[in-house]
Amino acid sequence: MAYQFDFGAILPHWKLLLDGVVLTTELAAIGAVAGVGLGILGAWARTARTPVISQLVGVYVELIRNTPFLVQLFFIFFGLPALGIKLSEFQAAALAMVVNLGAYSTEIVRAGIQAIPAGQIEAAQSLAMNRVQIFRYIIIRPALKKIWPALSSQVVIVMLGSSVCSQIAAEELTFAANYIQGMNFRAFEVYFVTTGLYLVMSILLRQILKVFGNFLFERRNHA
Amino acid sequence: MSLVELHAIHKSFGALQVLKGIDLKIDEGQVIALIGKSGSGKSTLLRTINGLETIDDGTIMVAGKKVGDHDTDLLQLRLNVGMVFQQFNLFPHYTALENVMLSPQVVKKQSKGEARKIAEEMLAKVGLSDKMMHYPDQLSGGQQQRVAIARALAMKPRVLLCDEVTSALDPELVNEVLAVVRQLAEEGMTLVMVTHEMRFAREVCDSLVFMHQGRIHESGNPEHVFASPKTPELASFVGGLAG
Repeated sequence: MAYQFDFGAILPHWKLLLDGVVLTTELAAIGAVAGVGLGILGAWARTARTPVISQLVGVYVELIRNTPFLVQLFFIFFGLPALGIKLSEFQAAALAMVVNLGAYSTEIVRAGIQAIPAGQIEAAQSLAMNRVQIFRYIIIRPALKKIWPALSSQVVIVMLGSSVCSQIAAEELTFAANYIQGMNFRAFEVYFVTTGLYLVMSILLRQILKVFGNFLFERRNHA
Repeated sequence: MSLVELHAIHKSFGALQVLKGIDLKIDEGQVIALIGKSGSGKSTLLRTINGLETIDDGTIMVAGKKVGDHDTDLLQLRLNVGMVFQQFNLFPHYTALENVMLSPQVVKKQSKGEARKIAEEMLAKVGLSDKMMHYPDQLSGGQQQRVAIARALAMKPRVLLCDEVTSALDPELVNEVLAVVRQLAEEGMTLVMVTHEMRFAREVCDSLVFMHQGRIHESGNPEHVFASPKTPELASFVGGLAG
């Protein structure tokens, strides 16, 4: 006998899905803002003249980029309590996302910084700007502009990666989907709808990042 | 006392000795051209004067103060020494006006109004009052270079270094930039320029410094230097240009 589809079976659980969407959004927002912020700091540190700092950041980046996100998450949630650092599911999930995106965006932002012509920096130096001023006024905005599409993609990847956080019972969207499926056994319907929700969230996030990028790099053109 | 005094400047890039003991004094209001073949060390010498190149040995005094290699020393030095580059190096994300206003605001902590007033004045001086709101990529090379000059001048430097400021320009745009430099010279600005524009150097400069293989080979009054070069190297350099 063919499978009888029953999407109506999900309806009673709409509140759970909505809560999941909200939590995923929160995780993504924290991850994106703090992760990209961390990435900018990391990229700045990578260009530091003190080799120790640059190398430490290098170790962090390689450590994160060459290990699975799930293991990083487990380490933070199950491992850190051994050091007396006990985090809630949400805190652990958020921290894992920030740390993960921070490493990837360090490399992406660094690529943008390296693409700034040396002459720009020499011009700023010859205008008596110090290193912090040069980074803030001369380097960072053109650098981010160059790598904004790559950075946006990484933010979306990390947002989708938050589904893994269901494994430590952070009650995000995938956790909600698993939970509903466990109650009504409507796996196809639940994951079909969940897939759709992730798709919509990705598209929305991309649009938000695009609009934000346009705002950030817009020419207030009076010419 | 001279405004800039270089004494026994040595500089190597790896095994290559680029500057082999340079002594040079630049007085307030003096206009000096550094000439010589490519690889003679003239650009490197210019870049040591504002610390874009570190020196291996020797001393640099600017306005009576010895220049060290600490960051604070360099910042102090660069307040006195402006620079204009071959490739303009305008900041692409700022308008012409913002390019000129930026450093007075963030380095000298001038108010926006103050910085804007000076910037407008400087842009007017280089003939670009009507292009203030343009971005660098909306300007011709000659216009970009004039903005770069205005940007350097807005910091009110005591000496301006010009590193082949017309070499990246289309021939028809060279004159508009040279006209600005000439005007600065006439106003009494202290200028040190690396240039291949020999006729211009001859007309505008007080002193010509011919560099050869990392040393100052010959220097003096331009008319004199051009008319009767003392060394065969300068003679052949000048002759090569004429021919």
